Amino acid sequence: MEQRWGPPVLAWPSRLRPNRWDLVALPLVMGLLALLVWGGMAMSARYNVGEPLTIRLDPSALPDYALRSVLRMGVALVASLVFSLAYAALAAKSRAAEKILIPILDILQSVPILGFLSITVTGFIALFPGRLLGVECAAIFAIFTSQAWNMTFSLYQSLRTVPAELIEAARMYHLSPWQRFWRLEVPHAVPALVWNMMMSVSGGWFFVVASEAITVSGRSILLPGIGSYIATAIDRRNLPAIFYAVLVMLVVIFLYDQLLFRPLLAWSRKFQADPPAEAENVRPWFLVALQRARFVDAAGGGLLLLNHLVDRAFARPARRRGPRAWSFGPAFERAFDIVLVIATLAAAAWIVIFVHRTVSLHEIGWVFVLGLFTSIRVFVLIGAAAVIWVPMGVWIGLRPRLADKMQPIVQFLAAFPANLFFPVAVVLILHFRLNPEIWLSPLMILGTQWYILFNVIAGTSALPAELQLAARNLGVRRLLWWRRIMLPAIFPAFVTGAVTAAGGSWNASIVAEVVQWGQTTLTATGLGAYIAQATAAGGGARIALGIGVLSLYVLTFNRLLWRPLYNLAAERLRLD
Amino acid sequence: MSETRTGLLRVRGVCKSYRMPASRDGLVLDHLDFTLEDGEIVAILGKSGSGKSTFLRILAGLIPASSGSVEYRGEPVLEPVHGVAMVFQSFALFPWLTVLGNVELGLEAQGIPGAERRRRAVDAIDLIGLDGFESAYPKELSGGMRQRVGFARALVVNPEILLLDEPFSALDVLTAETLRGDLLDLWRDRRIPTKGIVMVSHNIEEAVEIADRILIFGSDPGRIRAEIPVLLPRPRDWDSGEFRQIVEKVYALLTTGDGRRGARPEPIGMGYRLPDAAVQQLSGLIETLSESPYLGRADLPDLAANENLAIDDLFPLLDTLQLLGLAHVGDGDVVLTAQGRRYADADMQGRKGIFADGVLRHVPLALHIRRVLDERPGHRAPAARFLRELEDHLSEEEAARVLDTIINWGRHAEIFAYDDDSELFNLENF
Repeated sequence: MEQRWGPPVLAWPSRLRPNRWDLVALPLVMGLLALLVWGGMAMSARYNVGEPLTIRLDPSALPDYALRSVLRMGVALVASLVFSLAYAALAAKSRAAEKILIPILDILQSVPILGFLSITVTGFIALFPGRLLGVECAAIFAIFTSQAWNMTFSLYQSLRTVPAELIEAARMYHLSPWQRFWRLEVPHAVPALVWNMMMSVSGGWFFVVASEAITVSGRSILLPGIGSYIATAIDRRNLPAIFYAVLVMLVVIFLYDQLLFRPLLAWSRKFQADPPAEAENVRPWFLVALQRARFVDAAGGGLLLLNHLVDRAFARPARRRGPRAWSFGPAFERAFDIVLVIATLAAAAWIVIFVHRTVSLHEIGWVFVLGLFTSIRVFVLIGAAAVIWVPMGVWIGLRPRLADKMQPIVQFLAAFPANLFFPVAVVLILHFRLNPEIWLSPLMILGTQWYILFNVIAGTSALPAELQLAARNLGVRRLLWWRRIMLPAIFPAFVTGAVTAAGGSWNASIVAEVVQWGQTTLTATGLGAYIAQATAAGGGARIALGIGVLSLYVLTFNRLLWRPLYNLAAERLRLD
Repeated sequence: MSETRTGLLRVRGVCKSYRMPASRDGLVLDHLDFTLEDGEIVAILGKSGSGKSTFLRILAGLIPASSGSVEYRGEPVLEPVHGVAMVFQSFALFPWLTVLGNVELGLEAQGIPGAERRRRAVDAIDLIGLDGFESAYPKELSGGMRQRVGFARALVVNPEILLLDEPFSALDVLTAETLRGDLLDLWRDRRIPTKGIVMVSHNIEEAVEIADRILIFGSDPGRIRAEIPVLLPRPRDWDSGEFRQIVEKVYALLTTGDGRRGARPEPIGMGYRLPDAAVQQLSGLIETLSESPYLGRADLPDLAANENLAIDDLFPLLDTLQLLGLAHVGDGDVVLTAQGRRYADADMQGRKGIFADGVLRHVPLALHIRRVLDERPGHRAPAARFLRELEDHLSEEEAARVLDTIINWGRHAEIFAYDDDSELFNLENF
């Protein structure tokens, strides 16, 4: 055998000769890099709050705006990934950290995403005076918050469930903690992480659109992007422009799906010990292109070399330390708990004082009532969506061919930012003189109802064929069939879908309870409208109050309703 | 150095307890002394719950002993050391690495440069008969091939000591035989640098075929009850008289009262680790025993071979029969008692009655649960209550397992009912 030094992937002649896949992959990847540079420059453009940022409604400007939105999404995604890795690793490795980090994450998860935007935008602007970067950061941060929590939870779960024998093998063969993280723990987490990333991004488009047109203390800032394009179109009552935006959004989501997530999903299957033997094993064309293209090999070789060097640098000092996890005495843990309780109480007291300084007790009570209105909307809508989509989902799920075709379509629908259709709703409500208190409500679930359909289809297809045959054999039909077979069988899937849909609806309430069309504003009474109005008026205490109460509602429902339901569903369907 | 005299691996007074202040109750291993000599294969046999797997992990440095010491080359083993490699029951291969990647991993962790790493890995793969599969992922391989990767991964680091944790138990009989043979050939021909092997096994014949010495572990707490040297020449013939004799001897040692408890079973306490026996299997075994050719008495090696029962399946059943007074087990034989014969002749309801009688009479936990239910006005009691009581004696996992077992027995015997949704014991429908 020929003697080679260094990682063999770098061996020059045979591997670097370009092939036809390079024709596809090279331009696409290079284009992506160029986009990054261009976007970075555009983002840090000079800007002072108050300067008007004009958005052109000419369709020819749309691709440019779309790229900016896509870039924002990409940056947020990378940030979410980095955050997840650090946060989840810390929570999984240290018991003390876990005790604070996981509850915090749980609460962060229930804070409305657009609430983060309202709260952080002033701070970010102050961080980069005279530049647009501050506003960009606020928008990206909002998108980040729509993705990071869920990805972090998934990663944390995976890190906690690495099979014991694999950990033992890693220790037996002397992997350093650093190597163990990258060679065992992260790869183990990849399938769940990629799936959650995809789900997060699909939910994130809504917030990309919503976060680009920001109102800061009464003045609106329009970041160049699809969201601002739509906001401007709404302002000018330009329906064709909205139609163009919808079209471009479709293309963007399609490309994200084809170029990023299909390849990622297929690639992530390699990290599963026993991947499901589905027909889904078709490899997406772009992954094939990337895997076959030679220049990707070379780039990958470079990365491997880098990884190797880092490995070495970290391996040595890390190896000296024992494998023991950090542990503290019980006395320390007790003290830690006490400090935690005190800090929590102090924070709570401070919030109450801060809010109460500007807001009367009466108004605080009213905000809770508003929350009740919004909860009623959310639950009525979930119920309505269930009535429509459960039979539909079961019907589709029972037909495997159809289900295969429908799954990506439904996923696509879920990803599509429903707020693009809000103007249409306003036009309809105005035209038919409908009551906005009722007819604005469906907007809340417009984008999230698909999660119910999606999960019901998946749950139905997962039902073993033998159970269906057994039911038919016993002559179970109609109502009995629904009651005893189908509904219990899809219950866990339905709960998963309903949780997601409900969470999304709460989030959407902030933009769905107040909707504009030109100078016309339709308002439905509710907590979402309260927050939206407080944000527009720039009232810090009111924003905090509204968001706090909304989070409290979401948290309470999660704890008292969804989680018990979810556990019940999981427990009931277990066979072992 | 006088390595041959002090042995490769020395174990002195090792105890392991799962209670924080080590106490009698949580004791898993009790004062083990053991030396692995140069050039020797030692097999460890024992019923489940005898701590043999725990012991192997202490040797590996994967879990710390509560007290006592393990020394390798005169150095204490506190964490995995170089020179000791392990092969796992479930293979423990990294699914996202190819065969080559899995085998190279240990070398990579040692910082061995790429070219040498590749060469050694390919050599190890060839040695274990996997050539051609270098670029395959574990999921593309059969169980036997996967375990070959497990062996290649262990051998590539040139270990002096090889620790095997039931490496053949996840494989079918033929595959296991082939792999075992290949390993023994490598060992006998000195084609691997390994100087000593410790293997945990649950297959008596396998242990007798491989080992120079067999350690028999007793349970509750785990300790070395006996040591049997196996001096037969290799290759060993499973059907030879001497081979069968040793197998018989091992069975006898595994079944005979272990000194603390006499041949007649003493009453057990609340914290007894009830054997993991399913009622269906119990009645099946009694029926088999009552019929021809056994007619109430069976030689255990024959029984295991004829009924195709691994000892992990057989021993919990035998322990249960003995516990409930349905059979007497000793000296490698099982004999049905009068009660056992009555059980075999009875109809379904009659059997339930005999079973219930045995459980209430001999299992204090069952009696305790029933008494609590009888005393309470609503005749209900939460499972958590009994679980807590069990956890005074057993580890959390073990307590949950014992409670599951008693729920199963109790339901069958109609001593009590249990509702899984509310996790309540009750006396409904009685």
